[in-house]
Amino acid sequence: MNYRILVYTLGWILNFQALFLLLPCLVALVYQEPSGWNFLFTALVVSIIGIILTCKKPQNNQFHAREGFVLVAVSWILISLISAIPLCISGEVPNYIDALFEMVSGYTTTGASILTAVEELPKCMNFWRCFSNWIGGMGVIVFIVTILPMTGSNANMYLMRAESPGPSFGKLVPKLKKTASLLYIMYIVLTLTQLVLLLFGGLDFFESLCISTATAGTGGFGIRNDGFSGYSSYVQIVVTVFMFLFGVNFKFYFLIVMKKLKDAFLIEEVRWYAILYAVATILIAIDIFHLFGSVGESLKHSAFQVATVMTTTGFATTDFNQWPIFSQMIMLILMFVGACAGSTGGGMKISRFIIYIKSAQKEIACLLHPNSVKKIKMDDKVVDHETLRSANVYLIIYVLLVSASVLLVSLNGFDLITTVTSVIATFNNIGPGLGVVGPMGNYSSLSVLSKLVLIFDMLAGRLEIFPIVMLFFRDTWKR
Amino acid sequence: MNIIIAGCGGVGSTLAEQLTAENHEITVIDNNSKNLQNVVSQFDVMGVLGNSTSYVVQMEAGIDKADLLIAVTDHDEINMLTCLIAKKAGNCQTIARVRSPQYFTEIDFIRDELGLSMAVNPEFAAAQEISRLLQIPSALEVDTFAKGRVNLIKMEIPQNSELDQLMLADFSQKIGIDTLICIVERDKDVFIPGGDFVLHTGDKIYVTMQMSVLNDFLNKIGLKEKQIKKVMIAGGGNMGYYLGRILTEAHMQVKIIEKKEERCAELSELLPKAMIIHGNATDRQLILEEDLETTDALIAVTDIDEENILLALYANKVSNAKVITRINRLSFEDVLDNMPVGSTVTPKDITAEYIIRYVRSMQNSYGSNVETLYRMVDNRVEALEFHVDADAKVTKATLGELKIKKNTLICCISRDKHIIRPTGRDIIMAGDSVIVVTTNRGLNGIDEILS
Repeated sequence: MNYRILVYTLGWILNFQALFLLLPCLVALVYQEPSGWNFLFTALVVSIIGIILTCKKPQNNQFHAREGFVLVAVSWILISLISAIPLCISGEVPNYIDALFEMVSGYTTTGASILTAVEELPKCMNFWRCFSNWIGGMGVIVFIVTILPMTGSNANMYLMRAESPGPSFGKLVPKLKKTASLLYIMYIVLTLTQLVLLLFGGLDFFESLCISTATAGTGGFGIRNDGFSGYSSYVQIVVTVFMFLFGVNFKFYFLIVMKKLKDAFLIEEVRWYAILYAVATILIAIDIFHLFGSVGESLKHSAFQVATVMTTTGFATTDFNQWPIFSQMIMLILMFVGACAGSTGGGMKISRFIIYIKSAQKEIACLLHPNSVKKIKMDDKVVDHETLRSANVYLIIYVLLVSASVLLVSLNGFDLITTVTSVIATFNNIGPGLGVVGPMGNYSSLSVLSKLVLIFDMLAGRLEIFPIVMLFFRDTWKR
Repeated sequence: MNIIIAGCGGVGSTLAEQLTAENHEITVIDNNSKNLQNVVSQFDVMGVLGNSTSYVVQMEAGIDKADLLIAVTDHDEINMLTCLIAKKAGNCQTIARVRSPQYFTEIDFIRDELGLSMAVNPEFAAAQEISRLLQIPSALEVDTFAKGRVNLIKMEIPQNSELDQLMLADFSQKIGIDTLICIVERDKDVFIPGGDFVLHTGDKIYVTMQMSVLNDFLNKIGLKEKQIKKVMIAGGGNMGYYLGRILTEAHMQVKIIEKKEERCAELSELLPKAMIIHGNATDRQLILEEDLETTDALIAVTDIDEENILLALYANKVSNAKVITRINRLSFEDVLDNMPVGSTVTPKDITAEYIIRYVRSMQNSYGSNVETLYRMVDNRVEALEFHVDADAKVTKATLGELKIKKNTLICCISRDKHIIRPTGRDIIMAGDSVIVVTTNRGLNGIDEILS
C-alpha cells in the first residue's frame, strides 16, 4: 500500500469537497439563511487540510488496483463524514450519527431519511441533501477524474473501475478522461431537461432543482414531508419518466448520440429493464385497481412506484404499505433487481441477473448433457470467466452481508417486515422499505447500532461491496 | 488522433504505451482476451476483442473515425489483410508489420497495391542498425540522419582521453574537427550540454558528425578503431538472416549458429557466402571451437533474451569481440546498462520509433515534417530530423535571434548536399533538413522548438 499517494489524492478530494461545500453557501446567500455559515466554516477547514495534504507531490507514484479500491472506499467515507458536519453543528440534526446517516444516504443515493419534517430545514440544507444525491449518482471519483490531472493514466482506470456500478466496466471512448466527461455531460443534459420540464409544471426554481438532482442520482431525497403525493400529476409523470431514464445504462444514450440506434436497442440489459418495468407496472396496476378506481390513476401510481423501486430512487406518491401483498412482493423483488449497470441506479443490477439466469440455464443444460460446452453470452459477446466469477462471489457476499445486517438490525425489536426491508432498502440504495420504514415513515426510530449497520450497508451497496469489504482485510493495509 | 492497433503483443503494447503518452486515442484489437485485458488494464486505451480482419470488429473499434490503423499481429498475412479491409471500411492510413523475408523483398509492390502508408520490418530495421554499429565498432549506438550523411554516434570517453576535463567552449579549438557533442549521459543524469559543460572520463557522449571525419575524431579522443572482419551470429531466425545478408554484402566473414537443422539448410541456401553452423549457441564447447575468442564481433540474436544476455556476458569475458545483444521481451534496461553486454538492440522499440515518427509527421500538416526520430537514454531524449517548409516560423530569424526552448539543441542543418554545423549567425531556410536533440519529448514540428 502506497500511503503517500493515498494521502495526497485524498487531499485533492478534500479540496473538491470544499468546493462542493460552497454551493449550499451560495443557496444560503440567495435565501439569506444564517445556516450557510456552517457550510462556509466547514469548507474553510476542509480546504486548509486539503491544501496542506496536496502541497507536496509524492515521489513514488505507484498506484495499483489495491490503492484504487482503498482510495474509493476511504474517500466515500471521508466525504460523508465531512458532509455531515454542517448539518450537525447547525443544530438541525443534533446527533452526529443521524447526520452521518442522512449524508451517507444522500451520497449513496439511497434516500433513506432520519428526518421527520424536512420542510422545516433551511433551504441550503435541503439543497445540500439533494446535491449529494446528484454527485453520488454518477460518482464522486468520476467527477474528480474528469477534472484532476491524476498521477498516471492507470490510476484513473483503477478508480473508475472501483467506483462504477455493474459487473464490468467498459469505456465509451478510448480515453478514460473523455469517457468520464461524456458521462457527466449526458448526466447534466438529462438533469437540465428534467429541470426545465419541472419548471413548466409550475414548480419554483429551487424545488425543481432539488427534485431533478435527487431524481438524476436516483437518490430520492424529497423536500416535502408528504413525499410526492402533493405534486400535480404532470410533475409526477415527469419524475416517473426521468427516474426510468436515469435507470438506463448510459451507454445506451451514448450510442444514440453516436447515431448507432440499432446497437443501442440491442443492449440486452436495457431491453430486459424495459420489459421488466412494463410487466411489473401492469401487474401492480391491475392488483391495485380497486384502491384507486380508475385505470389512469392506478397506472400512474403503479408506474411511479415501480420506477422508484426499480431505479432505487425512493420517492413515493402513495403509501405502498397499504397495497395488497402481491403488489408489495413484486416491489420487494424489484428492490433486489435494481437498475441497469452503468446507470445511476443501485441494486444488484439487471445485467448481473441476466448473468445469473444464463449461468443457471447453462448449469442445468450441463447436467442434461454432461459433455456439452457452452459459453455464456451477453450482447452477443462471450462473458469472460473473470466476470462470471466476480458476479458469483458478489452474490455470495451480498447474501452474507444482508443476513448479518438483518440479524443486527433485529435487535431493535421491530417486526419481520420492517427489519428485513430496512436492510434491503438501504443495501440496494432504495430508501423506503415496508412497515415502519415505509414510504411515509422514516429511519429515525432505529437504534444507533442499527443506523451504523445501515450506513455500512448503504456504502457497501453503492460501491458494490468489494471496495468496502476490502477495508476489513489486514492484507490491504500492509505496506 | 484516433489510432487503432491490431494485435497487442510486444510491439502492439509498446505502441499503445507510447502513443497514449503522446495523447492519442487508442483502440486495440486482439483475439486473445488475456492479452487484451493486460493492455487495457495497463494503459488508457479501449480494447475490442475479435479478429482484426473482420469488418464488424473493425467497425466496433471505430474504423470509420480512425486516422490510422497499425497492424502488428503475429502474422504478416493477417496484418496485410487487416490493412486492406481497413482501407476499404474506413478512410484511414495504414501501417503493416511485414516480417517474412519473402514478402519483404516484394514490399514495394505490396505497399502500393494494398495502399499501405508504410510497411515496417522490425528484424530488418534492427539488422540495419546492427550493421551500422559494426561499421563503427567503438560506437555504442549509431543513428543516421539526412539520408545517411549525418550520424549521431554514442561513445564512451576512454581513459586518458583529450576530452577528459575539457570544457565544451574549448572543444572546437582543441579538437579542431567539425563535430558537435549533443548529449552527455553521466550515471543516471542526461545533459544537453552548453559551453560551460566539462566532460569526464566515463561519460557517454552523443556526437553528430559526417562519416568522413569519423576516424580522425576517434583517433583524436583516443578510441582505437579496428575494422571488423569476422562476425559470429548466434541465432538464425529472421534477424540472423537479414544480418547475414547485409554483412556478407559488406564482405565480412559471417558465421551463423542455428539450432534447427532444417533452418540451417534453408539459410545455407539463402546465404551461400555465410558459414552456417548447426548447433546450440549456448553450447560452450561449440562456440569455442568456432573461434569465439578470435572473432571480431558476436551478435546474439536468438529468440530467447536470457540466452542472448548470457552469451554476451560470456563472449565479453573470453574475447575482445564487439558484442551486440538483442533484447526483445525483457524490460530491465537499468540493470542491463550496468552489465557488460555491449550494445543492446530491441526490435520492438525500433519499430515503435518508426511508427511514432510517422504518426508525428501525420499530425503536423504545416511548416515541417518529422523525417527521422530516434529516442535515446531510456526514451528520455529524442533526436529528430525535420524537413522545413517555406511557412515555418524558424525561417524568419537567425538562430541567435530565435528563442529556443531549454534543453533543446539544433545539431545540424543539411542544405542541398552540405552539412552545416549551426552557429548563432546561421539561418534556417525552407527545404533544409534540421536535426534537433531535445529532452522536451513529443515535438511534432520544427516550430515547436520555439518557446
